[in-house]
Amino acid sequence: MAAIPVYRRPYVNTQPEYFYAPYHSTAKRAPSQPLIIAPQTLSEVTGPLFGHGDVAPDDNDLTRQHAGAPLGERIIVSGRVLDENGRPVPHTLVELWQCNAAGRYRHVNDQHDAPLDPNFTGCGRALTDEHGQYQFKTIKPGAYPWRNHYNAWRPAHIHFSLFGRAFVQRLITQMYFPGDPLLAYDPMYTSVPDERARQRLISEFDWEHAVPDHAIAYRFDIVLRGRDATPMEQ
Amino acid sequence: MSLLVTASQTLGPFGAISFEQTQIADVAAAGAGGERVTIRGRVLDADGNPVNDAMVETWQANAHGKYAHPDDAQEKPLDDQFKGFGRVQTDSNGVFRLATIKPGRLPGPGGALQAPHLVAVVFMRGLLKHLVTRIYFPDEPGNADDPILKLIPPARRATLIAKKIAGEQGVLEWNIVLQGKDETVFFDY
Repeated sequence: MAAIPVYRRPYVNTQPEYFYAPYHSTAKRAPSQPLIIAPQTLSEVTGPLFGHGDVAPDDNDLTRQHAGAPLGERIIVSGRVLDENGRPVPHTLVELWQCNAAGRYRHVNDQHDAPLDPNFTGCGRALTDEHGQYQFKTIKPGAYPWRNHYNAWRPAHIHFSLFGRAFVQRLITQMYFPGDPLLAYDPMYTSVPDERARQRLISEFDWEHAVPDHAIAYRFDIVLRGRDATPMEQ
Repeated sequence: MSLLVTASQTLGPFGAISFEQTQIADVAAAGAGGERVTIRGRVLDADGNPVNDAMVETWQANAHGKYAHPDDAQEKPLDDQFKGFGRVQTDSNGVFRLATIKPGRLPGPGGALQAPHLVAVVFMRGLLKHLVTRIYFPDEPGNADDPILKLIPPARRATLIAKKIAGEQGVLEWNIVLQGKDETVFFDY
């Protein structure tokens, strides 16, 4: 028998439940049976690891993927990937995707009556450095309507996907912008019961990484599940 | 020090703009060892309608039951042709397809051996956080003693065991049913 690391469960109310009535699509897609609570095994505490071969150097610059510059407000989005114990998660893959400045995704099913931007795809990838730091350059995404309820609008947001070191740390989330009046009415945002956990989804305006005469910046730190102090024998 | 874990948010309907470029439907490179298997399935909602905007990811050990990961301390060989990560999307009929190899057995809680399995996670619009489940193999003697399968009420275990398809050698069917009759078992680890 060998010892494996074990990852703590998130604190109560810091994650959304599967069923959340105000977000109507959860009604037909959330499981109705309770989840089976299971111990972590080697299968859960390992996970895919990525390296520089998986990411091209320019993959983190969404403003340089076409012949021209995309329309919109250029921004730097950077931050650290940490675990609950405050330890940086180095060399981990960060993927992001978003709509353009007008609020339109480059996706065939997005029928919002807003223009596509031929110079903007809206996807990027990066690896964190040895300190868990990542950085992207992009444009600020627009708000857009959706059909969840009458006059429903999503606040401006950027989708993030993270792997960490173990599959049990896998996370897909969304980053929001400070001061957005739409947040209070957004069922995605309000699905997180704990107020502090909700606020963690809002990036901070970031002078430190702003580039004079070029781009302002936002900071978004991401926290993944952390290891327990005591490994488990198995 | 204990920070709050960042909350999960839905993949949404447009994640494909990122993930269709990074699909891994062939998990095992040509030189990878092990028995080849294709897993085909559908993702179905509460009404039995296909989910056409889901992403399914899988993670598994190699044919020896060894993970390509430094926290797997087992003295078993790695396979440099096999990493173990798959990522596929459902099509307009809710169908996904993954070609891989059958993994070996590996230890579980209390020293009990786990039966061959893949970990599967599923993301989609309407899921505020991903669902976690497992894919097991049919006619596998180890299933009876698998420490994770044993946690499940017997009547529901079959939802995790892929099925052979008559006339299709090397293809297994494994569906994800989100709600209702035959609802797939999902785990909280």
